[in-house]
Parts: sequence; structure tokens; C-alpha cells
Amino acid sequence: MTHPAVNIANLNFRYPGNQTASFTGLNLQIAKGDRFGLFGPNGAGKTTLMNIMTGLLQSDEGTVALDGVTVGKHKYRVNRLFGFVPQDFSFYQELSPRENLEFFGAWYGLSKQKIKQKIDELLTVMGLEDVRDKQVQQFSGGMKRRVNLAIGVIHNPGILFLDEPTVGVDVQTRHAIINYLIELNKSGTTLIYTSHQLTEAEDLCNEVALMDAGKIMAQGSLNGLLKQHHHTDLEALFLSLTGKHFRDGV
Amino acid sequence: MVFKLQATLIKDIRVLLRDKVGILLAFVMPVVLVVVVTSIQNSTFQLMNKNKLALLVANQDTGKLSPQLIESIDKIGMFKVTELAKGTDSAIINTKLHAKEAELAILIPKDFSVKVSERAKASASKALKSFGLDGDSIKAKAGATNPINMYYNPVLQEQLRLSVDGALRSALQLVESRETLRDLYFSINDKPLPAALEKEMLSSKTVINQVPTSRSGDRLIPNATQHNVPAWTIFAMFFIVMSLGGSVVREKVSGSFIRLKTMPTNYLVGLLSKQIVYLGVTMFQALVIFSIGVWLFPFMGLPALNIPSDILGLAMVTLLTGWCAVSYAICIGVFAKTQEQANGFGAVSIVILAAIGGLMVPSYVVSGPMKSLVNFSPLHWCIEAYYNLFLEGGKFSDVIQNIIPLIAITLLLQGITVIGLKRKNLI
Repeated sequence: MTHPAVNIANLNFRYPGNQTASFTGLNLQIAKGDRFGLFGPNGAGKTTLMNIMTGLLQSDEGTVALDGVTVGKHKYRVNRLFGFVPQDFSFYQELSPRENLEFFGAWYGLSKQKIKQKIDELLTVMGLEDVRDKQVQQFSGGMKRRVNLAIGVIHNPGILFLDEPTVGVDVQTRHAIINYLIELNKSGTTLIYTSHQLTEAEDLCNEVALMDAGKIMAQGSLNGLLKQHHHTDLEALFLSLTGKHFRDGV
Repeated sequence: MVFKLQATLIKDIRVLLRDKVGILLAFVMPVVLVVVVTSIQNSTFQLMNKNKLALLVANQDTGKLSPQLIESIDKIGMFKVTELAKGTDSAIINTKLHAKEAELAILIPKDFSVKVSERAKASASKALKSFGLDGDSIKAKAGATNPINMYYNPVLQEQLRLSVDGALRSALQLVESRETLRDLYFSINDKPLPAALEKEMLSSKTVINQVPTSRSGDRLIPNATQHNVPAWTIFAMFFIVMSLGGSVVREKVSGSFIRLKTMPTNYLVGLLSKQIVYLGVTMFQALVIFSIGVWLFPFMGLPALNIPSDILGLAMVTLLTGWCAVSYAICIGVFAKTQEQANGFGAVSIVILAAIGGLMVPSYVVSGPMKSLVNFSPLHWCIEAYYNLFLEGGKFSDVIQNIIPLIAITLLLQGITVIGLKRKNLI
């Protein structure tokens, strides 16, 4: 029996101290092999949902399963299944890319040989070969984004969560990251991706979900959604579903 | 698991070695502290021997007893006596003390010799009467003597002032006793007291030997180095809270921690690695500070540090002190929300624990409710163990009584840390 990459059933979640729930009875399935984009305005709940899927937050009710394994019950088994590329730079700035990959590779449970092989491979693919031994704190924002991504994929995860992986990077870096992710997906990794950049959905995603106020407003393939809602581009569809007012949630 | 721990150790060592400010705080600051404090305290230790206290003497008396008093004060050996010109009054003394010409001054009143002589005669007369002899041959007419005023700079500590007061009293006592004795002898024998007999009668026959107690039988005289080096080594080890506590918080609030929480490895591996690395740092701190005490201090004119004969005991106490210091720092790091909280609370709490633990003021002088607080400071048990080894010549078996509470406090800190990590869903 094959399980979906992600299966969320009847999810309820409320931040401690908050009056309103972030999610009430949320259901979501993401198939294996998808390039899944989760889009929504500020405060829609994208990052919260990603944090629940990765076990960083615990749901109040409902179940979240990755590849059939329930998140929260089997922490280390679940954590082996996925990679995570958080929005913030999640590595040691005092270390070089090689040193960061050595450490995080070990924590993912890879052998010394495998780590060495993956470091050579990833630093080449990410264009960081020449700076492999320089401290990351000297790097530009784009280079740091690539280090952040390389760490998240060092263990060849079956599922890769990416929280705004291209925020604040130049066009070249964005292009390189998108292309790498497409190649990674071809090798079997399910991508689950959040972003404000709607154009990236057209470049990267085969399946999208539009979220607002903790609810999935629409889900399906990009072309299917556009046809269904009679729009020609995702931005127009997004605005028609979520409205034009500001979302400066605090 | 071993490979994960090894990789984490390498990571932590790399991060530590690249934190120049942290290294500076961990090594340079304690070394400066030890050298400065030992130098200052050594001056106090030496005060009675080499560095004499400057004393100005204004003598308004014209009799023969005031020079004898000045000579007696000089013979104590504690003061560098400078006699001021005749007619010097309290206003001039004030000016001179404000000008830092000396820390102390005494003003001998103008009728000092007359009054002391009268009192001596009165005392001798009373003595003769009590012997059943005719005491009327001495015209006993004793009035109140004017006081000798001692002026002092307010910066002079009370303890030192009291010992100066005691020394001056003993000099005065000698002059008064001698005068009484001379009068008494003259009344009975009608001739002056022979100098040899006077010396025989007035000089103390009993010698006071100062013997430091020692478990090993050594009779090494304790000095400022033996007191200060162990104390400030402990302080330096506990001050690791500034870099280790900060490092835990920095990792916790940085993005790297979010990634660590989503990985198939328990964060306790990370904390174990930090404990090992920073325990190594504390051991190295102790090695550096002890080495400075042994080899550098003699070149600086300070007494050399005598390393205890029981090296195993010293190593064990140092290791447990380091472990307790590291446990305390990690505990602070786990509960602090920001690096500022960890550094601020960490630094102030270490100073407080050092103060109540006997590093700044000996714990035997602490009294009242504070006395029971002493036992809650881990630094107290560390310094007790070190003093046992460094000052009392103790062995490992002698410090077990200090080590057991230290281990108990350390395990308590570790337990609190684990509870904190669980409550914050970090393990």
C-alpha cells in the first residue's frame, strides 16, 4: 500500500494564548512525487502548517502523517523521512559550507564516506566549490540561501519542505535554485513549498493550494485551477480568492 | 551515535575557536584578575613585614617620656615613623594626611610626661601601701592624663586601624609600666633601677610561634598566592557562563536550532558535546592559571604557588569544579531567552555565589542567616576543597566531604536542565 507523502486529517491548532484557532478541521493530501506549492497572504498559516508538518509545532487535534508515519508519535523515524529548508538561515555562520555539511550530515545519520561524497556533489551543483572552506558569515545572501538548501538535501530526503527558499535572492540564484529543485523532484523527492512569489508556482509547481485564514481556498493543478475559476494567471486568481485588503497580521 | 558526537565535538571546537571574544573572556580576563588581586593582597600580607605603614608623630610634650614612647612605637617595626616639628597641631596634621604624606598620625599632648609620671608615682604608692610599706615617700598626686589623639585617613580599613590601635597601646603600656617600675624601685632602694634588671623585668619571656595547621605535616607559611590562585581559578571556571551560556542561547535562538529540532538526533548529543568541550576549556583555564602561579609569579615578585602533593586529588577537584561550572552555564543557557539575559544573570549570579561562597570574604566570618546560604553556593564547596589541598596539605580522602555536596549540586543542575529542555519541547 502506498501512502501519500503528506496526509493531514481534521487538524486543529491554536497558538497558546490566542483567541482564534489557526486551523479548524483542516484536511490536506499531497501525493508522492508532487511539486506542491502552498501560497497565501501574510498570516494565512503557511509557515504554521509547515511547522506542524515538520513536527516543530504539535497539533491540538487531528493527525499529520508523512509517508504513513504519524508526526509526533515517531519523532526520529519521521525526521529521517524529510529535509527542511527554513526561511531563516539555519546553519552556523562561523563555519564553512563544508564544515556545516559535515556536521548536519552526521546528525542526519550519514556515514563519513557518504558525507564526503555528498559535500563534493552539492557544493559543485550549488556553485560553492570555490568557497567551500570560507566562513559562511562572509557570504552574500544568495550564497547563504544555497548553503541553506544544500544542508536540507544532503541526506536525499523523500520529502523536502521549503519555506520561502528564494526570498531575497537575485534572479540568477533564484533560477539556479528552481532548476535544482526540479532536478531533485525528478529523482523522486516530493517538494512542499511556500512562497509569496506567485510566478515561481508557474515555474516550479505541478500542484498548488491557495490558503487564507487557516483554510485551503483552492487546491489542484495550476491549469485546472485557472480553468475552474476562469482566470488567466495565478495572481488574478489569488486576488479573487483572498481579496485585495492588506494582511498585516500581528 | 559515536560518530554524531564526534562530529558535534568538532563543530563545537571550531565554533569556540572562532569566537575570539569568548576566548578572551575565558582566559585573559581571569589571568589578569589573578595577577592583579594577588599583587594587591600580597601587599597587605607583607604590610607587617616589609611595607611599613607611614606614621607622623607630632610631639607637643617636652618631657623625657614622650621620646621613650616614640622609640617604643618605632621598635614595633610596623611603622615608618616621621617626627614633625615642635608646635605641630591637629590642623597641620589634617593637612598632611590630606596631602597623603601618611595614612596615620598621632599627637602627643604637651603634658604627657608629667601626667604619666604622676600616674606612675600614684600606682607605685598604692603598691607600696598594699605591701605594708610607707607609700607617703612618693607624692602620689595623679590627675587625668590628656589623651593621645590618633588621626587616620578614612580609607584605612577598620581591621588595620584596630591592629594599629593595639600596637600603639602596647607601646604606651610599656612606657607607663617602666615608669611605675622605676618609681617603685627607687622608693624601696633609694637608687635607680638598673638597666639590665629593667630589661629583664619588662621584656616578655614567652615567645609566640605562628604555626599553620597542616594535614601533611608541612609547615609552609600560607601567602596571598596560595589563597588567591585557587579562589580566582574557580571564579574564572564559573565565568564560563558568559561564553557557554551565551553559546547555548545563541544556538537556541538561531535558525540552526530549528533545523536541529527537525533532525533524527537527540539534542542531548549537542549538550553532551558542549559539556565535554567546555569542560576541556575549564581544565585548560586551571592549567594556565596554576602555571602562571608556579612559574610567572616569582618573576613578578610574588610568592610562587605551591602545588599540592596529591596531584590526583587536585585533578579530581578541578574536574568536578569544571563540571559544575559547565552544568551551571548550560542550565542558565537553557532557561534564558536572550543572550543578554544569559550574560547578565550569569555574571551577576556568579559574583553573588562567589561572595556568599567565601571567595571574596572568608566564609568563617559570615554570620547569621547568611551562614546557611553559604552551603548552597557550589563555589563554597570548590574553594573548601581547594583550600584543603593548597593550604592544609590535604589529600583526596580529605576533600571527599567537600566533593559530595559539589556532585549533588551538579546533578541537581543537570536535572533542572533536562526538565527545562523537556518543558520547552527541545528533547
